[in-house]
Amino acid sequence: MNHDAYPDNYIRGILNSVKSIAMVGASPVNVRPSYFAFKYLAQRGYDMIPVNPGHVGKELIGKPFVASLADIGRPVDMIDIFRNSSHIMPVVEEALALDPLPKVIWMQLGARDDAAAEKAEAAGIKVVMNRCPKIEYGRLSSEISWMGVNSRTLSSKRPPAPTQGMQLSLNRTSVGGGHTAAADRAAKNKTEQS
Amino acid sequence: MSDRLPGFSTLAVHAGAQPDPTTGARATPIYQTTSFVFNDADHAASLFGLQSFGNIYTRIGNPTNAVLEERVAALEGGTAALAVASGHAAQVVVMQQLLQPGDEFVAARKLYGGSINQFSQSFKSFGWNVVWADPDDIASFERAVTPRTKAIFVESIANPGGSITDIEAISTVARKAGVPLIVDNTLATPYLIKPIDHGADIVVHSLTKFLGGHGNSIGGVIVDAGTFDWSKDGKYPMLSEPRPEYHGIKLHETFGNFAFAIACRVLGLRDLGPALSPFNAFLILTGIETLPLRMQKHCDNAKAIAEFLSGHSAVASVSYAGLASDKYNQLARKYSPKGAGAVFTFSLKGGYDAGVSLVSKLTLFSHLANVGDTRSLVIHPASTTHSQLDDAAKVRSGAGPDVVRLSIGIEDKEDLIADLEQALGA
Ligand SMILES: Cc1ncc(COP(=O)(O)O)c(C=O)c1O
Repeated sequence: MNHDAYPDNYIRGILNSVKSIAMVGASPVNVRPSYFAFKYLAQRGYDMIPVNPGHVGKELIGKPFVASLADIGRPVDMIDIFRNSSHIMPVVEEALALDPLPKVIWMQLGARDDAAAEKAEAAGIKVVMNRCPKIEYGRLSSEISWMGVNSRTLSSKRPPAPTQGMQLSLNRTSVGGGHTAAADRAAKNKTEQS
Repeated sequence: MSDRLPGFSTLAVHAGAQPDPTTGARATPIYQTTSFVFNDADHAASLFGLQSFGNIYTRIGNPTNAVLEERVAALEGGTAALAVASGHAAQVVVMQQLLQPGDEFVAARKLYGGSINQFSQSFKSFGWNVVWADPDDIASFERAVTPRTKAIFVESIANPGGSITDIEAISTVARKAGVPLIVDNTLATPYLIKPIDHGADIVVHSLTKFLGGHGNSIGGVIVDAGTFDWSKDGKYPMLSEPRPEYHGIKLHETFGNFAFAIACRVLGLRDLGPALSPFNAFLILTGIETLPLRMQKHCDNAKAIAEFLSGHSAVASVSYAGLASDKYNQLARKYSPKGAGAVFTFSLKGGYDAGVSLVSKLTLFSHLANVGDTRSLVIHPASTTHSQLDDAAKVRSGAGPDVVRLSIGIEDKEDLIADLEQALGA
């Protein structure tokens, strides 16, 4: 997998197939990006599990925190890692010790560890790095367009009507749209410098 | 088919728009409403807290305007955009995110006269201090940078003279200074020049001109290239520091490479208030669908007319970068190979009086203060758009007393040439 630019179908396939997501580094503080993403994904129907040893005993929108992936006690489809690049490897190693293995390991916007990705991919796990699942969901459902964001998709098909209020579904067919080459280059340069 | 990169004309028609999910309407509906109902209290709270994407109130966002925003973002190759009430509103909203009172920005001296006024008069009263530099002398930008500099501002093709800016050279200065480069791309449009490909971090437009293109709607837009790191040194607290009005969230951390566009919306548009009417957004969107066709015709006509004028005995000089003899022709070939735009100036041997006489004799060209209409337009900048400048500043910005500005429309060029010929002749 080329981790600089993912095909939309790869991301769409992941977001359409996973049902449960364990978010490592989730924060109960309601102004943190991880809180926004957690709540958004829960509202889109994903079975969300907050993982953070510092908050065991607390809840995030009603879901109890667990200390580690091993403590979840049931299979999970995707691990979403909300940690800096330097903390990725131990989480991936923990994920690789799970039975059954997760299908996807996702590293948040700003986080990237190519060695960890290689390890996970060698075990047959799909990897996404330096992306936010909330933004990708919003982009591929075109919901993010309400904020004037370039969804980089085009479609002449009538999308399914929103099911709950203004929540759009991912079942929208589209083709690649306008690209953001300059922003992608800037992100790549930043990764290479750090 | 997936992940093909569509061409410019496809994006001009499709980007941002899709059939309406509930009615199947294919053209973008005009959502002529002030407000949008919430699903429940929790939904309302999450929208106000910036936790969900969605519509609240048309001063902050509107679905028709959103289609326009995404379309311009796609055409410019940016991550996101924000539509506002005018080109001038776009400039205020951009600077509000970047400058604190006492800060400075460097601007090219060759700008639309209204921008020169806005920067040197209105912005001064906000404590935002402009420092002028000469786009023909890149070193003057370097010399103008101080520790308080927060941005550099240029026009890609400058109004009124039609000169072409060396965006890459100026973006190198901006990078070295650690500040974003803002490019006003109004006169070029992304059909001719895509400033982000040449190092711009923010692009602004007066949509009033070629993008809308039909002289019927005022509008403006801000495009975020997604290239600038707002958090690296604390120079941009609006983006990097916790925002008290949003429970302490940090916009750059939360919105990543489209944080600038979000800041312009949730701090700028929300608080300063220059919202674009959805009806204007609809008219401008319709205009953009034919931008590639119109812009090529504008440029082809302009070149033919510039050539005609340079051969006319009453004309002292023509300043059009599309002419091989022009000072800016090399830059035009590099930055704007499809054409050098359709706004340019020429000067008359008969000076001020000849200019006034020409304007009064033209019968197809309309005498008015705008550019970028389907119709051909003419104006005498020294007595109108640039009249507030002193004489030296008029000459410096390419609007001396003998100068006439044309904005060439998409009529038949033979008719435009005939009109100029009769008005220059007798
Ligand atoms: C290059 C340029 N920038 C900005 C503006 C201001 O735009 P508006 O009139 O939409 O406020 C104009 C208007 O003439 C312009 O020509």
